[in-house]
Amino acid sequence: MAGPEIKAPPYREIPVPPALQPDATVGIKSFVANEKIQEAIGFQGKLADNWQETHDKAIGHFGTLLSKYRSLRVYMDACVHCGSCTDKCHYFLGSGDPKNMPVARQDLMRSVYRRYFTPAGKLFPSLVGARDLTQEVLDEWYTYFYQCSECRRCSVFCPYGIDTAEITMAAREVLDHVGYGQKYTNEILGKVTKIGNNLGLPGPALLDTLQGLEEDVKDETGVDVKYPLDVKGADVLLVTPSADFFAEPHIESLIGYGKVFHAAGQSWTLSTLASEAGNFGMFVGNYDLLRKIALRIREAALELGVKRIVVGECGHAWRVAYAFWNTLTGVGAGGKDPFAIELQNQLDPHFKQPTHICEYTWDLIQQGRLHFDKEANDHRVITFHDSCNVARASRMGDYPGGQFDIPRHIIKAVANKFVDMAPETIHEKTFCCGGGGGVLSDDLIDIRVKGALPRMEAFQRVVDEHGVNFLALICAICKAQFTKVVPYYGFKSSMVGGVHQLVSTAIKLGNEQ
Amino acid sequence: MSLFFAILFYVATAVFVAGLAYKIASFARTPAPLSIPTTPAPTTTGGVVLRMFREVVFFESLFKGNLWIWIFAAAFHFGLALVVVRHLRYFIEPVWFWVEFAQPFGMYAGFAMAGGLAGLWARRFLVDRVRYISTVSDHLMLALLLVIGTSGLGMKFLVHTDVVAVKTFFLGLMRFDIQPLPAHPGLYVHLLCVALLMIVFPFSKLLHAPGIFFSPSRNQADNPRETRHLAAWAAKMEAKN
Ligand code: HEM
Ligand code: HEM
Ligand code: SF4
Ligand code: SF4
Repeated sequence: MAGPEIKAPPYREIPVPPALQPDATVGIKSFVANEKIQEAIGFQGKLADNWQETHDKAIGHFGTLLSKYRSLRVYMDACVHCGSCTDKCHYFLGSGDPKNMPVARQDLMRSVYRRYFTPAGKLFPSLVGARDLTQEVLDEWYTYFYQCSECRRCSVFCPYGIDTAEITMAAREVLDHVGYGQKYTNEILGKVTKIGNNLGLPGPALLDTLQGLEEDVKDETGVDVKYPLDVKGADVLLVTPSADFFAEPHIESLIGYGKVFHAAGQSWTLSTLASEAGNFGMFVGNYDLLRKIALRIREAALELGVKRIVVGECGHAWRVAYAFWNTLTGVGAGGKDPFAIELQNQLDPHFKQPTHICEYTWDLIQQGRLHFDKEANDHRVITFHDSCNVARASRMGDYPGGQFDIPRHIIKAVANKFVDMAPETIHEKTFCCGGGGGVLSDDLIDIRVKGALPRMEAFQRVVDEHGVNFLALICAICKAQFTKVVPYYGFKSSMVGGVHQLVSTAIKLGNEQ
Repeated sequence: MSLFFAILFYVATAVFVAGLAYKIASFARTPAPLSIPTTPAPTTTGGVVLRMFREVVFFESLFKGNLWIWIFAAAFHFGLALVVVRHLRYFIEPVWFWVEFAQPFGMYAGFAMAGGLAGLWARRFLVDRVRYISTVSDHLMLALLLVIGTSGLGMKFLVHTDVVAVKTFFLGLMRFDIQPLPAHPGLYVHLLCVALLMIVFPFSKLLHAPGIFFSPSRNQADNPRETRHLAAWAAKMEAKN
């Protein structure tokens, strides 16, 4: 790649917030989507030639969003600039750029809100930090709202729960609306809406991969573990991020899910139509796309007649599945309208719909239906990274915080050596991997490396103190991001893997003596 | 002067009440189309009420976020709450027993309030991150509250005013019967700033007070798999297909 070499920032001696370095990351700007990409998903192709037109359109759409989303409306007004969130964002901690402080990121948008939507900003703009929307402001939005991974860490520490992710989504939605989209995310949105998954894998390629997988597993274990596709009448539909079909180490977890189903004697299937759990519609805050992509799951479930929907290891995908699917598609329970009832009558009410693969596996372990050779994982000393969207935007199990316990319970059930990272970096306070929310693009590698700093500091400590050599994950983006980024911090990519990769290593398939 | 203040307080009250009602109505009217509580979150409405209570009374999230801000914020807001309770005696007759009861504590509350404000203001100069995000209005808001606080304390401990007459004036206002207000520069400053505070309230960040109750990340229960959460505008999309 051209330009200066990208280096990891040094670890902080004592983890205090960095000194401000204005404009440190102002130059890190991802590629802008071209007209073809934009128009394929129904957005305006490019910025209008005439600024006034862009300006009016942006403000108009901002107003529409304010009337549709209570989060945006309340968050625009409620911030008191107290400063509690200022040192909570991994991109700020890794870069020192003040515009990566959550409140400052929000203020890029709030300043415009004040100018156009509040009497104080209309009358006394300089007093309340209001400013006109100009081309420069829009560029600044593009730069810094694509340096937010929508991880919600800031919202944990804000006295009003102001969630910068909501504001980032709104800003991106306005940008898309005026023809200023991001290449990476919007290209993927095009693929998933057209072909059915983010990688753009057509059905035959999928079938091919899964058959190859069956052969590999047979060679390795001597057991006929099946990876079925589009089987009508199967009980379980597994929806997983498409990276699981091809990327390393993702595929190891897919192998693991198959082994779990096999060991449980579960009838299950994957679906071509629903070959993607990820939903980048959330990243750009576009309800139509979010819904359109989610509806593929509904369609597949109805067509295949499944009783239960299980979701593979992915962070934002689990957020969308857990928190939004019921709203968007009726996958869930408690619906009273015909649209929801049609599907909910088909799904088995004894199970939580959808179910996370970790909930599924943990249930079986508790019932004593899975058996493990824990020593098979003895070459590994494992730590677990809570994925941001799982930790702060969803749940597993029956009680708040189950999303922290269940993956750890599984790891401890399949391996002997587990240690946690420092308490201020896990559970609800976990740091994002640095690549979520539409940031996982090669052209943003600089900010990705910087954003990984806080997690790498905590990881380094358990590596030094406990000899940890495996970073267990439950998110496709975390896996891709860390595989790429840990070498900048002096670790090997092979230290990164999935929770079901560990399950896969230790599970007994019933052919043992 | 009595007439001036009488008019000022009628105007201020009208702006305060109408402005705040309008803002609250707009918060309430705007739908929250998706389930977005910051998790781990309570799964029941009762749990949500408890979470909100902890946020409003103990500033739980702020406590997790920053201890210094929390200390100053607690001193200021608890002080403010007690001072306001203590002030109720100017507006009611006979005075409720719990307002009576709070009187002696209220006196110290004034100092807590001013001290908290001073601490918060100092942060705006001393901590570079907070300095960076501060706008002129953030400083002015603290100044305004500090002037109210110090002028009040001044009346209490230095140059007294006739509080009985103040009470007569305000009880009069409430019956649209204008009584004389004591001529006292400290009181004039105090009341002028209070009126200003009431007027800016609905247009400023003071909306955090009603806002917190409408924050979806705090006021939603974590139950999206059990209940279908659908905004009216989103439901319309379903009707189409
Ligand atoms: C529901 C009631 C309220 C709650 C839960 C609440 C909570 C908070 C919290 C958590 C903060 C952030 C910490 C800080 O900077 O102090 C804050 C700031 C502030 N509050 Fe309140 N508050 C409430 C009512 C009020 C009222 C009625 C006023 C009006 C006089 C007020 C004035 C302020 C000011 C001026 C700040 C900013 C302080 C600064 O500049 O640092 N609050 N509030
Ligand atoms: C119309 C409303 C108000 C009136 C008529 C009023 C009047 C007064 C008077 C007469 C005193 C002197 C008490 C004495 O000498 O014993 C006082 C004190 C004080 N006032 Fe106010 N005030 C009003 C609103 C406020 C508000 C909104 C605040 C806070 C933001 C405030 C803060 C204080 C403080 C801190 C003191 C000193 C401590 C105390 O006596 O409680 N006042 N006020
Ligand atoms: S990246 Fe996370 S912590 Fe940073 S502003 Fe965005 S949501 Fe907040
Ligand atoms: S913590 Fe919340 S209120 Fe405080 S500055 Fe950050 S966003 Fe604003």
